[in-house]
Order: sequence, then structure tokens, then C-alpha cells
Amino acid sequence: MTDILLDLKNIRKRFDDVTVLEDISLQVHKGEVVSIIGPSGSGKSTLLRCATMLTDIDGGEITYLGENVAKTVNGKVEYASKNDLKRARQYYGLVFQNFNLFPHYTVLKNITSAPMTVLHKSKAEATEKAMELLTKLGLGDKANNYPGELSGGQQQRVSIARALAMEPKVLFFDEPTSALDPELTGEVLKVIKELAAEHMTMIIVTHEMLFAKEVSNRIIFMEGGYIVEEGKPEDLFSSNNARIQDFIGRISG
Amino acid sequence: MAFIAKTFVQLLDGMLVSVEIFLLTLLFSLPLGLLVAFGKMSKFKPLKWLVSIYIAIMRGTPLMLQLIVVYFAPYYVFGIKISQAYRFIAVIIAFSINYAAYFAEIYRAGIQSVPVGQYEAATVLGFTKTQTFFKIIFPQVVKRIIPPVTNETITLVKDTSLAFVIAVAEMFTIAKEISAGTASVAPLMAAGLFYFIFNYVVAFIMELIEKKFSYYKI
Ligand SMILES: Nc1ncnc2c1ncn2[C@@H]1O[C@H](COP(=O)(O)OP(=O)(O)O)[C@@H](O)[C@H]1O
Ligand SMILES: [Mg+2]
Repeated sequence: MTDILLDLKNIRKRFDDVTVLEDISLQVHKGEVVSIIGPSGSGKSTLLRCATMLTDIDGGEITYLGENVAKTVNGKVEYASKNDLKRARQYYGLVFQNFNLFPHYTVLKNITSAPMTVLHKSKAEATEKAMELLTKLGLGDKANNYPGELSGGQQQRVSIARALAMEPKVLFFDEPTSALDPELTGEVLKVIKELAAEHMTMIIVTHEMLFAKEVSNRIIFMEGGYIVEEGKPEDLFSSNNARIQDFIGRISG
Repeated sequence: MAFIAKTFVQLLDGMLVSVEIFLLTLLFSLPLGLLVAFGKMSKFKPLKWLVSIYIAIMRGTPLMLQLIVVYFAPYYVFGIKISQAYRFIAVIIAFSINYAAYFAEIYRAGIQSVPVGQYEAATVLGFTKTQTFFKIIFPQVVKRIIPPVTNETITLVKDTSLAFVIAVAEMFTIAKEISAGTASVAPLMAAGLFYFIFNYVVAFIMELIEKKFSYYKI
């Protein structure tokens, strides 16, 4: 068994005639926290959407836990069988910028619906797990509320709980605090830091530089559809690359 | 007095027919409309075009004309003798396919108004397309379309009176007959009152349904 949970090779993604991802390769090991930074429009969200199979790639290879889900043969991308893809989907979760909670479900049902529908867990088992997660994330008293009754920070924590309930091996975050008022970002970042302390494998797109520096094992700087530089936080933050210095200076400024 | 009572009973018979037309039309057109909406949103172009033409005809020509066409079609197209019982069936067919077209456009707008993030969240969680539609999307669509559906159902109450063109004994047909026979507009006024009450009840029920869905905000 490999400890490489996610292996992206030479990912290419085009929208009509604009190539958003030129050639992205990325390996993520078990327990690693990788942050992705870069200017807006550099393809960070697109990369997560490719990795989570929300959109098809135009070239390259995607492998989860040694199981190939997409590969390129003679210049044509081939995805694995429906069943293989279904299994692969259980290896990862995605936390969206604007939560995307199900408004017609209570907080509890938001968290139990997928384990019950997809993993065929019993209601009792799913509920127990959900309550455990909610309590852990400080939302034990919100189980019967609807998402619309919660603050943005609470909603984002619910969406993290919803993803965790599926027990993913890898958790992706796409700017999890960008839709939040500044005073609410802290409670979400705290949850992510706690997950990092438990060695949850995470790939986080973020503009929160201090947070990225603190929580990541590795930071990736993306621009123009390429990974321009990657490395340990301290190395990346002291990079000589003018573009990176400029970007970090602007964002942190 | 006996005359008034007799008129009232006759109108009541007609009213029951109107209510029947109303309920049967909803029963068939609401699910049919969903299928038509899927056709209109289909990626299979020929189906999409066919459905678009159907919707355009249903919405672009008078329901009264459609009713006449459906009623006489078996005779003119297939040479089948039109039976008495077919009158009522023709009304239900014409109304159902007409209303399905209107409901289809309402469903389509409702489905397209659900944010794409809802599909994405469900997909990443591992829901199949069918599960995503019936568990996540459709319940939200229902909430969104209650107001336009209410408008259509109220129009339908009034449209039931069009059945008079092929002499189906619904309320308006009967009111008109009595009125002509007695040279009085009172039966027509009474019919008007019936339609008014009918609509009032329909609006009340729709409001209850809307309340039932107000437990969450979109
Ligand atoms: N569905 C799409 N169709 C066309 N262009 C898109 C689509 N999604 C993203 N793009 C384009 O791809 C580029 C990268 O977008 P994105 O991945 O969202 O960047 P980031 O998340 O780094 O801000 C942008 O120029 C954007 O306009
Ligand atoms: Mg983005």
C-alpha cells in the first residue's frame, strides 16, 4: 500500500480556447497538509474541480490511493469505470467557498444524508457520527436548525462536518473563508488547524497567508496554469522569485 | 322556489364536472409537465426541438381551438365515430397536454434557478444523478415554483368553462342553457359565484402548501 493518497500527473484543462491548467503535477502523501496559493484566475479552483472530478480533464492522470481514475492514452483522456469512479469518490471530500449546504435539510440531515444514501449506513449510526462531529466542531446545539438560520462561520463548519462524515482520506478546501466576514474566519481556520493536528490529509486553496504558513507542510504557488514554485512554508515565503514576493506582499499587506 | 332549487341542483351537477376536469387535469399535467421539462432540457437535440415546438404550439394557440382539434381528430384523422363518452375524455386530454406545456416551463425555470453548487455538493458526496435530483434538487424546485403554479391553477379553474365548446355539461354549459331557457342572467351570475368560491378554495389550499414549505429559507 502506497502512502501517496493523491497523485496528479501532467493535468491539463482547457475551456474552449483558453488553457487554464497547462501542466500540473502534484503528489500528496498521507497526513500532509498542502496549501495552494496564487493570484485569482490562476486555476486553483479548476485544479480542485479536476481532482474531485467535478469537471473532466483534457490531459494527464489522476490516481487516488494507487487506483487510477483517469489516464491519457494516445492523447485521449480515459476515465475509469462508473463503479471505480464511485469508489474513488469516497476517498475525498470537498469544502466549498460558499458552503453549498442543502437548505431544505436540517444541519443534522445535511450531515447524515450522504452516509445513509451513499454508504448505506443506518440512521442511528449516521446520527451518532453526525452528533459526534457537531459536538467536536462546537455545533452540538444546532443539529435541528436549518442552514439559513446559521452564521456563515457556522455554516462552513457544518459543511466541514458534512464532508468528514463520509470519512474521506483526503479533504479539499476551496477558499473556505473567502465568503466569511473577517470576524468569522477564525472559527473556521481553528477547525482546520485541529484537523491538521490530527494528521488529516488536506489540500487547501487559501488567501490566508499566515494560516497557510502555520498549518501547511508544503505550499504551492500557482500562476498561469503552472506550479511556479513549491516548498516548505518558510522556503516559499523567503523565495527569491519576484512574482511570489510580490504576491505575498500584496496579499499580506 | 322549486325553480331556484332545481337550478341550483343542476348547477351543482355542472360544478362537480368542473371540479373533476380541474382535478384530473392537474393529476395528469403536473407529472407530464416534468417529463416535458426534461425533454426541453435534454442534450439530445431532436428531442429538445420536438418538445420546443410542442410547447410553442400549446402556448401559442387558443386552448379552445386545441380542444376542438382533440375532439374531432379521431373522426377526421382515423375515421372513428366520436362517442358521447369521448367528449369528457377529449377535454381531459386537451387540458392535460396544454397545461403540461405551461407547467414544463415553470419546472424548467425552477430547476435552472437551483444553484449549480447544490449539484456539485451532492456529486462530490457521491449521490447519483437520480438521487441528486429527487433528494436535493426537486424539493427546492417545488418550493420555488409554488407561486407560478398557483397562478396556473387559478387560470385552470376559469379555463374549465371552455369545455362548453364541445358541449360537456360542466357548470358554465349548464348555466348558459338554463339562462337561455328562462331568459334570465341569474344562473350565469350563480355560476360566476361558484367559480369565485372554487378559486378561493384553490388559493387557500395553495397557501397552505406554501406555508408547509416555509420551514426553511432558500
Ligand atoms: N466553466 C468555465 N468556463 C470557462 N472558463 C472558466 C470556467 N471556469 C473557470 N474558467 C476560467 O479559468 C480561469 C481560472 O479560474 P479559477 O480556476 O476559478 O481560478 P482561481 O480559483 O485560481 O481564481 C479563469 O480565467 C476563469 O475565467
Ligand atoms: Mg477560485
